[in-house]
Amino acid sequence: MQQIAKTRPLTLADVTIRLAERTLLAVSATVMPGEVLTIMGPSGSGKSALLAFAGGFLDPAFDASGRLLIGKVDVTDIPANRRHAGILFQDPLLFPHLSVGGNIVFAIPPSIKGHNARRALAGQALDEVGLAGFFDRDPETLSGGQKARVALQRVLVSAPHFLLLDEPFSKLDAALRQQMRELVFSRAKAAGLPAILVTHDSADAEAAGGRVIEIGGEEKA
Amino acid sequence: MGRPIRIKALQTGSHGLTTNTLLALLLGLPILAGVAGIILPAFGYLPALGGLRFTLSHFAELAGQPHILRSSLTGLTTGLATTCAAVAITGTFVAGFAGMPAFSRIQHLVSPLLAVPHAAAAFALAFLVAPSGFLVRLVSPELTGFTRPPQWLIPNDPVGLSMVAGLITKEVPFLFLIALAALPQLPLRQSRQLTAALGYGRLSGFLISLWPALYRRIRLAVFAVLVYSVSVVDVAIILGPQLPATLPVRIAQWTADHDLGARFLASAAALLQLAVVLAAVVIWLLIERLGRFGLARLTYSGRRLRNDGVPRLVSAFVMAACAALIFLGIAILGVWSIAGLWPFPNALPAKLTSQTWLRTLPQLWPALQTTIALALTAAALALLSAILLLHRNGADRGGNGPRYRLLYLPLLLPEISFVFGLQILFVSGGIKPAFGSVLAVHFLFVLPYVLLSLSAPWRELDPRFERIAAGFGRSALQILLTVRLPLLFRACLTAFAVGFSVSVSLYLPTLLIGAGRLTTIATEAVALSSGGDRRVIGVYALVQASLPFLAFLIASLAPQLLFRNRRAMRT
Repeated sequence: MQQIAKTRPLTLADVTIRLAERTLLAVSATVMPGEVLTIMGPSGSGKSALLAFAGGFLDPAFDASGRLLIGKVDVTDIPANRRHAGILFQDPLLFPHLSVGGNIVFAIPPSIKGHNARRALAGQALDEVGLAGFFDRDPETLSGGQKARVALQRVLVSAPHFLLLDEPFSKLDAALRQQMRELVFSRAKAAGLPAILVTHDSADAEAAGGRVIEIGGEEKA
Repeated sequence: MGRPIRIKALQTGSHGLTTNTLLALLLGLPILAGVAGIILPAFGYLPALGGLRFTLSHFAELAGQPHILRSSLTGLTTGLATTCAAVAITGTFVAGFAGMPAFSRIQHLVSPLLAVPHAAAAFALAFLVAPSGFLVRLVSPELTGFTRPPQWLIPNDPVGLSMVAGLITKEVPFLFLIALAALPQLPLRQSRQLTAALGYGRLSGFLISLWPALYRRIRLAVFAVLVYSVSVVDVAIILGPQLPATLPVRIAQWTADHDLGARFLASAAALLQLAVVLAAVVIWLLIERLGRFGLARLTYSGRRLRNDGVPRLVSAFVMAACAALIFLGIAILGVWSIAGLWPFPNALPAKLTSQTWLRTLPQLWPALQTTIALALTAAALALLSAILLLHRNGADRGGNGPRYRLLYLPLLLPEISFVFGLQILFVSGGIKPAFGSVLAVHFLFVLPYVLLSLSAPWRELDPRFERIAAGFGRSALQILLTVRLPLLFRACLTAFAVGFSVSVSLYLPTLLIGAGRLTTIATEAVALSSGGDRRVIGVYALVQASLPFLAFLIASLAPQLLFRNRRAMRT
């Protein structure tokens, strides 16, 4: 079931987002499994609003029209907690009250039952990104790169239907940034996930290697 | 072409009940019922006590009470004087120092004052300024020549000056903290730079550019201060005029009269008190208008008023003095509680003894247990309600929208009027004074402060934590329990401690609803004030003052222990 769900394309059908009568953006696109669609634009262009729309947490100040489809299923009106959107923000946002391992266990779907099984899966996820033995650590004691890797694994174990990447590399230093780009995109591809990346950094778009939609710059009526 | 949609993430439940309706049910109904509860008896109708005919005779009886006009007027003037002084001191200090290093230093000095119960603060002041108090002893007989206490009418001076002073020490920190919460919403730095560049002094620059916006944000709190000071009972008993006492004090005496018929008189008087409060509000509205007029004159005159050093320093001095007086006074309370022989001009007792504590503790113990049980349950219930309200409706966005204005309702009506009305309703309904009924009334006063305390951190939590959790498929309730509440653990504990402190300091609601069957440290301490045994008062007031501090201490230590392996959770 999970496997089938994962490999469906994500469709933005005539999505238009307005703020106070002003049209911020209008996008129509289908993102295939394993593909990354990049939305480029300056800050204030509404690209984060598009991610919020796709994630199901758009501020009611915005007016949005259009549909969001996973495969052929319309999920536009499905609440955020039943959409299975995997989100990576600029900050890793590890839950500070949980251990590193606890953060990952928290994300594992409830269908995987049993304390030991869930713990083992989380340990395996840490292992995959070179963080074996970090299970009981306080997330606050990790380096920036380590936190970013935990955040990535946390999203992936949650078995999302699609990925939303909100400038996830912008706060990393240059060396780390290239490394994380490769890691995120290769693992998204391996998992067969459709992904939407919003960024203002053209190097991000290049590394993503998919289609690029530029927004903002010109005013639309 | 899709239809326009509005998505509210993580919103649960129907929209049938808004925050306002919920709050109205929780706070408004009992309060309106309380006010209604005095109106009928004031006109003679109270079947439970045999009053079946409507009559104006109780108002006639009230008018015939000795010095009733004077009692009403002293309450009115002391309340107005307190409010004027508190607004002036807080306003001048904020205008003179906001954004400067001295500001946060004084802030740290003044904030703990908020936790000191009114009665304990009043005792602290009384023990300092009384003719046989610490300050006179300190300079006697060397400077004054006194070898026995002078015959001054302080505290309890007939004009109510000591009462005003006692109220100011508590109301200034309250207004200050409300102003502090509103300041971040104002363009402080830019306005300061702009007005300074135009050559304005710090005070005049702030008054012209920021004061109107700041005052609008603290206005409800100012009215709460006004209503409270005009109607206060415990501070008035300890520091206020006697013979005649202020009207609220006399009402409290009538409500406690063994002759149940005095309830009619008390109801009429409570209605009169409502009118006094209304008069105070009207006068304050006029004062506001005068202030606006004066500010407009100042603005258009273009005067820069650069030499404002004196008023600025005075405001800082008064702020610091409030804190210094109360904390010194509390220390003196402590000294009295362990004092043996302490003849007059000596600044310190000749002998120390544990006698008073050993003698007082057994009689204090039951009241202490009741106090703590009431405070714990009231704070817990209020915290739970606040969490539910905030979870349903989200925090108030602008911080000052109309949404939670109803919160101030219990603070904007005189306690003596509506709580007494509730007492009458309870009696009429055959409800015996018991833990439950006192708890219900405590809840009314505790909830506003808990909600005020929790809503700012609730609003400020990074919403992305919850969005990530929602992406993992967690339900709104799961997110509340596993993400939001753990992240707000410290804020919840602080709100709980605030609620605990408010309950510990509640005097009148406990007195009226408990009707002598349920006594707390607050009611016992105030009752002792007429007896004048300073050693015993010292014990009670010290216990009352330390309870809130214990609560805040636990609130700040618990996260350190529970999250000792989570660095980000400890600060």
